[in-house]
Amino acid sequence: MRGLEHRGLSRAEGPIVIARRVETAGYGEMAAVYGRDGARRVGRVVDSSLESIAIQLFASNAGLSIDDTRVELLGRPLELRVGPDLLGRVFDGLGEPADGYPRILSSERREVNGDPINPAARVYPRDFIQTGVSAIDGMNTLIRGQKLPIFSGNGLPHNRLAAQIVRQARILSGDEPFAIVFAGMGIKYDVARFFIDAFERSGVLSRVVMFLSLADSPSIERLVTPKCALTAAEYLAYGMGMHVLVVLTDMTNYCEALREVSASRGEVPSRKGYPGYLYSDLASVYERAGKIEGSAGSITQIPILSMPNDDISNPIPDLTGYITEGQIVLDRELFQRGAYPSISVLPSLSRLMKDGIGEGMTRDDHKELSSQLFAAYARTKSVRNLASIIGEEELSPLDKRFLRFGERFEAEFVSQAEDEDRSIGQTLDIGWKLLSGLPRDELGRISRAMIDKYLPKEGDGADEKRSPDQV
Amino acid sequence: MMPSGPRGGGAPKAVQGRITRISGPVVVAEGLGSAGLYDVVEVGEARLAGEIIRMDGRGATIQVYEDDTGMKPGEKVVSLGRPLSVSLGPGLIGTIYDGIQRPLERLKESSGSFIKSGLRGESLSTRRKWPFAPAIKPGDSIGPGTLLGTVRETELVEHRVFAPPRSPPCKASHVAPAGEYTVDDEIVETDSGLRLRLAQEWPVRQARPARRRLAPSEPLITGLRVIDVLFPLSKGGCAAVPGGFGTGKTMTQHAIAKFCDADIIVYVGCGERGNEMTDVLTEFPKLVDPRTGRSIMERTILIANTSNMPVAAREVSIYTGITLAEYYRDMGYDVAVMADSTSRWAEALRELSGRLEEMPAEEGFPAYLPTRLAEFYERGGRVETLAGEPGSISIIGAVSPPGGDFSEPVTQHTKRFIRCFWALDRDLANARHYPAISWIDSYSEYAEELREWWDRKDPGWKELRARTLELMKREQKLEQIVRLIGADALPDEQRLILVTAEMIKNGFLQQSSFDEVDKYCVPEKQLLILQTILEFHDLGEKALKQGVPLSDIIGLPSRERITRLKGEVPNDRIDEIRAAGRELGAAFGELGLKYEREDG
Repeated sequence: MRGLEHRGLSRAEGPIVIARRVETAGYGEMAAVYGRDGARRVGRVVDSSLESIAIQLFASNAGLSIDDTRVELLGRPLELRVGPDLLGRVFDGLGEPADGYPRILSSERREVNGDPINPAARVYPRDFIQTGVSAIDGMNTLIRGQKLPIFSGNGLPHNRLAAQIVRQARILSGDEPFAIVFAGMGIKYDVARFFIDAFERSGVLSRVVMFLSLADSPSIERLVTPKCALTAAEYLAYGMGMHVLVVLTDMTNYCEALREVSASRGEVPSRKGYPGYLYSDLASVYERAGKIEGSAGSITQIPILSMPNDDISNPIPDLTGYITEGQIVLDRELFQRGAYPSISVLPSLSRLMKDGIGEGMTRDDHKELSSQLFAAYARTKSVRNLASIIGEEELSPLDKRFLRFGERFEAEFVSQAEDEDRSIGQTLDIGWKLLSGLPRDELGRISRAMIDKYLPKEGDGADEKRSPDQV
Repeated sequence: MMPSGPRGGGAPKAVQGRITRISGPVVVAEGLGSAGLYDVVEVGEARLAGEIIRMDGRGATIQVYEDDTGMKPGEKVVSLGRPLSVSLGPGLIGTIYDGIQRPLERLKESSGSFIKSGLRGESLSTRRKWPFAPAIKPGDSIGPGTLLGTVRETELVEHRVFAPPRSPPCKASHVAPAGEYTVDDEIVETDSGLRLRLAQEWPVRQARPARRRLAPSEPLITGLRVIDVLFPLSKGGCAAVPGGFGTGKTMTQHAIAKFCDADIIVYVGCGERGNEMTDVLTEFPKLVDPRTGRSIMERTILIANTSNMPVAAREVSIYTGITLAEYYRDMGYDVAVMADSTSRWAEALRELSGRLEEMPAEEGFPAYLPTRLAEFYERGGRVETLAGEPGSISIIGAVSPPGGDFSEPVTQHTKRFIRCFWALDRDLANARHYPAISWIDSYSEYAEELREWWDRKDPGWKELRARTLELMKREQKLEQIVRLIGADALPDEQRLILVTAEMIKNGFLQQSSFDEVDKYCVPEKQLLILQTILEFHDLGEKALKQGVPLSDIIGLPSRERITRLKGEVPNDRIDEIRAAGRELGAAFGELGLKYEREDG
């Protein structure tokens, strides 16, 4: 019952406090906990029995005493006030205004955990989003309604890439209302500032909703931040019919907060100390993307996560990859060579690409061309390994051509300037130009009709003759 | 699954208790002492569906299949005195259910795009009428396996209604005449007082009985070359598809579900992506079964418990799926169950076990994980049904090992209970070589048992298969050398092996599910392509001995033609493959002559 207060705790440990049984404490409901200083800390009931309740705080527990703490049950789950006024606002990690303006004017509150979308009510995403980045558009296409994370590492240009995608993303079919929801979890103020500047420069700041739980906020607050952001996104997408792009960064900080809480509750850990339900918990975030019947809007998610120690088999990227519809992987080696956006094409993947490209959507040659580029570039990688052992000079003429293809692929196709916005046609044409450096009968993944239609015959020949390894 | 009152038989006693503790999907209640283990309960004022999973002095521990946010200690719990069951009857085919058999389409119509707690819907429509044709008359004796009548469920599926597996011997006293009936209508009444409806119920955690087990001696033809020829699965066999994320587990399962020659497909999306189920829902109705010419949705049942739906229902979804499969098996059909993914199911077990504070075994999984896996896979198999006909369930379980590491518990334990292992390979997937089934790490123990069937079809199968596997093994060894010293350092005979292996990879093993011609390959075409490639190898070896340089052999235009056969020759024009083979022979003949002349 709202306003009902109870004095005293029986235990306070980490983010969990135990209070004696309070009538009507519903599982999952919100509670406010006041210490002797009178400061209000918000928490959630995570265990409720006839004898006691456990409250998980979203704030620091410093200063809580056993005797003088008051617990107030709020009688409702954690909710976010939603309305059209969300646009252009900045909130803290718990969904309270953080930009100095009052709460938004709306009587509509939504539970932040949301309900799962009925799989029968989903609309399969197929609308191609042109990001202007060749390594994405050509090889790992982003589709409207997709969840496509960026797997990165510390110091890699994931923020620049995300900002470029936000700036350049557009649908070939025309103008539709859009919004951007940004959730920052445990990031530094500088990173938040970088995104704000980027939004401002491209003139979209008035269409952005930000939820910021910066590095100096209590880590536990991050557990709520993406849920608030997605609740806002769901309102804008399914309530207002907008196409919403959600950027979540950095999911690694979110997972670490989850581990912290799990450890303090004494749960049985699975890999690397993360709780056994990390998969289900991440799914409750990532699955809130997509399109549903009866609504014009959509939610496209670009979560960013930094792989601890660049290790893709770490539970965070691993479980994420099992839930999301692909991943964009950044590569440190490419980055150190000065290449931007340093996307590692082979381990990257877009699962929804198959149905969003081809004739009528991008271009008829897209599927076969990208498949061939993958095959040829994979070959390049094995030739490189060989060359590092026997030396480049000893390679067969054919292998040398693959080596050269790979170099040009990285330099001309994958690399581009931060403000370079390539159309899908330009991207595919670069691909064909590079393939023309390989013998025709090595292009087994492309049908002859496509080769005849698109493979440059004369134009690039000069370039080929210049290469010394030409046989 | 109906939490409402029981139908037919004596009404079990409802017991009421009270919640004492709530911790996520696990609820403890007191006062349920006379309820049974694994009984269905209605939890709280919202009457959420749950199941009793443990009883002790403190009370009953219940897993709740729906989100219980807002529930309070002290609310009531009602046990319905019967185990968790599914409704079985006409109307299952073409439907999409969640893990506890709630019909998702009907929920969408009644409550919108999001699934809220406490929603209910009839598993089988009680309004729809089905044309029933009785197969017995009053006075006929009835026992387990007696065919009561048939219903045309879809163009592809004749639904056979049998007396329940445990009905005691009796005689029919009344039989409904041919006509239109709903699933709730009684169709047969017996002298022992039994009233049989068109639909029945069966507890999901219990295997449906059959007369005896039969040997799985017939292949499940999938149309995927790497499976049918190299690592075949039999009807009634069990296979595992393990692979890290992005290696194509789901794509492989989809491809098999679309084109395999089973009569019924049960696709269980267990803890996976919502969009994947939507993909199935939008794509399957448009796809036509190559054998029957009808939409493949007319033979498919979908069970979707996606990763963000409640975890306890995910645990049950696998059993729901296999029970539906057994029901159709008992009609004499060959059923294929796709379980995607069994790892998510195992994780649900782990999560619930953790909430119960059980002692964990490996990596936090409960010690009974292998037992549960064994129970599940043993429900597959080929049997003689109670009616005396053969029927089968093939199980294809996807496994999602963390980090793609096959040494983890779920993969390892699964390997003990399956006989066909399709290991997905990260490097192949990165090069977009799909299906990324590794020809080195995969195996099928069914190959020996299927030999007889293939011998009748094409006696060459066994030898082709053995030669191909051997050649690919040799190629793997040679590749290790090549990685150190380069291909040029090898003698021509060995380089020819690399060339042939490359042709097998590109022209045979790799298969595009999106290519109209390539996506489904009939067994005859599969064998012909492989034969032609190996013939190239034989001719190449001979030519090398005659002194023909390898570069000339590689440069043959008919060689490139062979690797394109898979996509250029449709299933009904496989004579063109034979023609390509003859062309190849002629080309080699010319090469031989040319060098003979030069030598002479």
